[in-house]
Amino acid sequence: MLRLPAWLMLVLLVLAPLSARAQETDDAYAALAGSAGIPSAAGFDSVRRGVEQLATSGDPRAAVVIGALQAGQLYARADRALFIKQPDGSFVDARSGAPAPDAAGLRPVRLNNAVRSAIDAALGSLRLFAPDAATRLAAAEAVFKSHDPAALPALTRALAKESDAAVKTRMQQARAAALLSSGDASEADRLAAVAMLRARGDIDARGFLASLSGQPQSVATAAAAAITAIDRQLQLWSILQSVYYGISLGSVLLLAAAGLAITFGVMGVINMAHGEMVMIGAYTTFVVQQLMRAYLPGIYAINLLLAIPLAFLVAGAIGVLVERTLIRWLYGRPLETLLATWGLSLVLQQAVRSIFGANNRDVDTPWWMSGATQLGGLTLTWNRMYIVLFAVLVLAALMAALRYTPLGLRMRAVTQNRRMAAAMGIRTPWIDALTFGLGSGVAGMAGVALSQIDNVSPNLGQGYIIDSFMVVVFGGVGNLWGTMLGALTLGIVNKFLEPVAGAVLGKIVVLVLLILFIQRRPRGMFPLKGRAVET
Amino acid sequence: MLERSTLVALIVVLGGALLLAVLNQATAAASAMHVPTYVIALAGKYLCFAMLALAVDLVWGFAGILSLGHAAFFALGGYAMGMYLMRQIGTRGVYGNAELPDFMVFLGWKSLPWFWHGFEWFGFAMLMVVLVPGVLALVFGYLAFRSRVTGVYLSIITQALTYALLLAFFRNDMGFGGNNGLTDFKDILGFNIQSDATRSALLVISAIALCAQLLVARFVVRSRFGKVLIAVRDTEARTRFLGYRPESYKLVVWVLSAVMAGIGGALYVPQVGIINPSEFSPANSIEAVIWVAVGGRGTLVGAIIGALLVNFGKTWFTGLLPEFWLYALGALFIFVTLFLPRGVMGLFTRREKLAPEPEAETPTASAAHEVTG
Amino acid sequence: MSPVEPKLSRRGLGRLGAAAATLAAVGAVRAATNEAAAQPSGGVIKVGILHSLSGTMAISETTLKDVMLMLIEQQNKKGGLLGKKLEAVVVDPASNWPLFAEKARQLISVDKCAATFGCWTSVSRKSVLPVFEELNSILFYPVQYEGQECSRNVFYTGAAPNQQAIPAVDYLMNENGVKRWVLAGTDYVYPRTTNQILEAYLKTKGVAADDIMINYTPFGHSDWQNIVASIKKFGTAGKKTAVVSTINGDANVPFYKELGNQGVKATDIPVVAFSVGEEELAGIDTKPLVGHLAAWNYFESVDNPDNKAFIDSWKTFTKNPKRTTNDPMEAHYIGFNMWVKGVEKAGTTDADAVIDALIGVSVPNLSGGYSAMMPNHHITKPVLIGEIQGDGQFNIVSQTPGLLVAQEWSPYVADTKDLIGDWRAPLRCGAFNVKTGTCTAGKKA
Repeated sequence: MLRLPAWLMLVLLVLAPLSARAQETDDAYAALAGSAGIPSAAGFDSVRRGVEQLATSGDPRAAVVIGALQAGQLYARADRALFIKQPDGSFVDARSGAPAPDAAGLRPVRLNNAVRSAIDAALGSLRLFAPDAATRLAAAEAVFKSHDPAALPALTRALAKESDAAVKTRMQQARAAALLSSGDASEADRLAAVAMLRARGDIDARGFLASLSGQPQSVATAAAAAITAIDRQLQLWSILQSVYYGISLGSVLLLAAAGLAITFGVMGVINMAHGEMVMIGAYTTFVVQQLMRAYLPGIYAINLLLAIPLAFLVAGAIGVLVERTLIRWLYGRPLETLLATWGLSLVLQQAVRSIFGANNRDVDTPWWMSGATQLGGLTLTWNRMYIVLFAVLVLAALMAALRYTPLGLRMRAVTQNRRMAAAMGIRTPWIDALTFGLGSGVAGMAGVALSQIDNVSPNLGQGYIIDSFMVVVFGGVGNLWGTMLGALTLGIVNKFLEPVAGAVLGKIVVLVLLILFIQRRPRGMFPLKGRAVET
Repeated sequence: MLERSTLVALIVVLGGALLLAVLNQATAAASAMHVPTYVIALAGKYLCFAMLALAVDLVWGFAGILSLGHAAFFALGGYAMGMYLMRQIGTRGVYGNAELPDFMVFLGWKSLPWFWHGFEWFGFAMLMVVLVPGVLALVFGYLAFRSRVTGVYLSIITQALTYALLLAFFRNDMGFGGNNGLTDFKDILGFNIQSDATRSALLVISAIALCAQLLVARFVVRSRFGKVLIAVRDTEARTRFLGYRPESYKLVVWVLSAVMAGIGGALYVPQVGIINPSEFSPANSIEAVIWVAVGGRGTLVGAIIGALLVNFGKTWFTGLLPEFWLYALGALFIFVTLFLPRGVMGLFTRREKLAPEPEAETPTASAAHEVTG
Repeated sequence: MSPVEPKLSRRGLGRLGAAAATLAAVGAVRAATNEAAAQPSGGVIKVGILHSLSGTMAISETTLKDVMLMLIEQQNKKGGLLGKKLEAVVVDPASNWPLFAEKARQLISVDKCAATFGCWTSVSRKSVLPVFEELNSILFYPVQYEGQECSRNVFYTGAAPNQQAIPAVDYLMNENGVKRWVLAGTDYVYPRTTNQILEAYLKTKGVAADDIMINYTPFGHSDWQNIVASIKKFGTAGKKTAVVSTINGDANVPFYKELGNQGVKATDIPVVAFSVGEEELAGIDTKPLVGHLAAWNYFESVDNPDNKAFIDSWKTFTKNPKRTTNDPMEAHYIGFNMWVKGVEKAGTTDADAVIDALIGVSVPNLSGGYSAMMPNHHITKPVLIGEIQGDGQFNIVSQTPGLLVAQEWSPYVADTKDLIGDWRAPLRCGAFNVKTGTCTAGKKA
């Protein structure tokens, strides 16, 4: 099929009489129906063409129709008439917007990536004049990505009207990209455009500059220089970026290990079922989301905030139960707790498998944790940022609980000198149970965080148990500060090794370094001092 | 003189293996007495696991070193044997390359990596079965014991060791076949590895090796050396003050144990027909510790019983209750730690206490701690 | 003997002996049960199901066990096979590769299964392969795999690389104008082979070595931050870039989550995956992933009556309206129906007869056509390319017009380009070199 060149389209737009324009709009609507039914390359091509035509046709419903197509709400009938599905399930005629109660035999208009790109570009130029600044910003960015010269007149008009500085910059960048892509811009304009993109300096600008071809010599040279400059700048940022990756990995390790730092570090129970407590926390999140979706859809967005205390309670209660029925018979035989808790971990895994099935469960990420923000050259993903924050809060709360609460005081008393504590009237068995419950509960909270970045499956805990033990031992058993520093060190070292050595080799190197470190410092970074050492 | 439990173990292991082998070889397939090859392969596998359990018991029960990475030595021995078996395939591989194993041809390698040379000779491979785990244990143990890494710290770094090896062997670039490991073996010393006769012979050899290891281990723990070892286990500091060097004692028994595990691994590979990195997984090492605990720590014979019992249970349950066997296995571990702190062996000695018979001596807790004069 | 030596009482001794002698006893019991099983046992044909129900692979394989149970139940409702009832023998190899071999041996020699449906990972197949060849039984293997194998005793109902990878790459090249490629995979044999084949293929299409980036990660890799970032960076060289992902199993969820969060959109850098199906997507919020692709031979969203019936009966069988179907399930569906037809054709469940009878058998697949068992023990398949939708299903954007025949030996690997497998008489060879006219491996007398 014939695809009209962009410039021809422009000429048509300006010159064509109204009837021709209506004809064109008819064509566009007919083309849009192309991909309903059996998928074919020609069908998708037709839809893409339809989107492009509709966007430039000046049809007042263009934005609505293309928006519906993007949302997957555009349907076609066998006679190529188009309908838009409304949120309430009824249909309206796409062309006129009038209700269409007789719509029947409809099939959705399918999208593919090429169509999606066309939609982005089309909506971009259509929305440059939207009243909302955020929409205009997104539109300018979409035009930048498509860098379609056809958008130039619209951009120029939009720029003249634009008052918001940030949006204006984006539009100028989009205009620069479109200029560089067009065939008839002057050399001076092109050089200015390259300078504009060089100032933007991000990964997308670099990608666009690198894709340029057929430019005058001076422009090509300037573009190459701009690429080098951007690369150098990105290089610097990448070091910071690695630190961020390291911190975020470290905080994941910290969360996974914090509970173990209590049950293993403070109580001395080699708790192989620790990973399963994390898993239970993750499954609690899943259940909370399911229940809220069914019964409290209004406040669904805060489901994680609700899941955190619940996960703590569920895992903590299971921890108390385990301590009362199992662990308490095994004090003084630390290595045998290993066996019993290993058996327990098998049972818990299989129990979860029996209840929830062996497959992954779908845990949503709330909107406020999705996506990323740009800070200079740094990409900060929201979910990881929240996890870093959460890890800090959990650690702080844990330390405060141990230091400032009566329960914490008793816990420390019991671990330091059980008999004396008992003599002072502390109910040591109860304290043991609560301590184990606290450790398990913290593990459960870690599960809420991990459900945001990893699989929620019965094997979830297994993946973290070894790392958790490494972190606790590396930091020094019984020392929460050590656990934190241990986690961060392992995270950052890992993330700096990974680009150099690869993911696998990097991890091996970290393990070997850890083994060697333990040879040098047999009791971790922050060893406990005093008599406790020999017991 | 051998005490009775060891004697019984020797007779049962050796006699049982011989009996199975004879019943497999000498009877017709239709006969009621015939033992299918399936059982032979299974029994052989159990005996190899028993060697690993014995090795763990030697260091855990008598030197107090809880190794959570012993399967690494087992797997290294297995890989040494596997490399020999790979070289024996010769041109019978899929690509018909006489020099390179299939997976190297597939990765596009042109020549054999240096560490594969020599493995075409059985003698060399057997030397490596002993040397590779031995040397690794020596280096690791020297560093760890010298700097007095003990208790859980030691356990965790042994786990780190086996985990690092697991990741390393997973890498295809390492030259050990990556995740698929070494497989498709054809023959060993010219005998077809799949024939019933070879399988029976391997079973008997495994039984002999296990008995020999049991005798060696028993000899070690009952010697003067063993007495010091037990002293180290019970109070390391005090032994040091008495003028002994605990690290040397630990190192010797540690290396010996690694070698025993390596031999177990070497016999394991031809019987199961595959060796791959999952043998290094920390869970395997933990399981080996559990066999020992089930059988009875510090009893040697108990380790063998534990390995046989747990693995038999695993085989049985995975077939009988495929959906629920993990409950059974998990419950078994919990039950044993709670109610049988001295394992199955403790069961026998405790029963004696309840109903003493004329010739029974007063049994002591963890009996094998006592040493013959 | 020392006087303080603990001695076993006679009773204790007897007990110990009894415990340890279980080993021998098992043998006798097994022998006895074998005897019983060897008789035509009341009109029952046993079918082995060898899928991990615990351990790391349970996540994928449990579903396949369930689908086999459903198929067997349906067949029994239709009156069984050869007038006998089918009986499923389920075992749990627990994601443990040597245990796979042990269980395979049990299914064949103890339970006397007429055929076995099982395995997922390559290593599990490699582990059981010698057992099936030694005991001459039949295995149906339902998962897409790396090829380079053609055993007489295995029927490969999953895709070979040419039935999945190459059409997907063609699609991206032609439809999206992709010029630069990231081949990201888990470090094991399937991704290695696929990437090796793809690399050779891309080079024949004029892609420069600089425009191919290959990255391997370990199993279960969960921290994808810098790999996703480096993919983004690789995509800024000014050419349209795509990712071909052979990342396996569990690692996919964190990978896609990271892609979504770092804003890698399908319109910028599309990711086409060969191991991500409906089952994997069920664990992810797919809204940020709309437009990323997968290539399979079947999607749940295929619109035809056969597939609808299959999905309905699956949901009824599992009593779960949310259960999804996926490609390996379809492979088992095809494989099981082929086996039924093969047995009917042969009139017996005898392995040799069924192996011969199976070649040429053709049954409906669920993508709207017929799949046939070829002489190389692989089946013909259509290739479908789907884009991920917001609801966790795939929107099919391309389908090969005809069926593709599997290339079990890759023409892009120097050592295998002249090999073919043909198990018909008189060739009967799994790796026949057409240049030299010799059978290099897998000859069966």
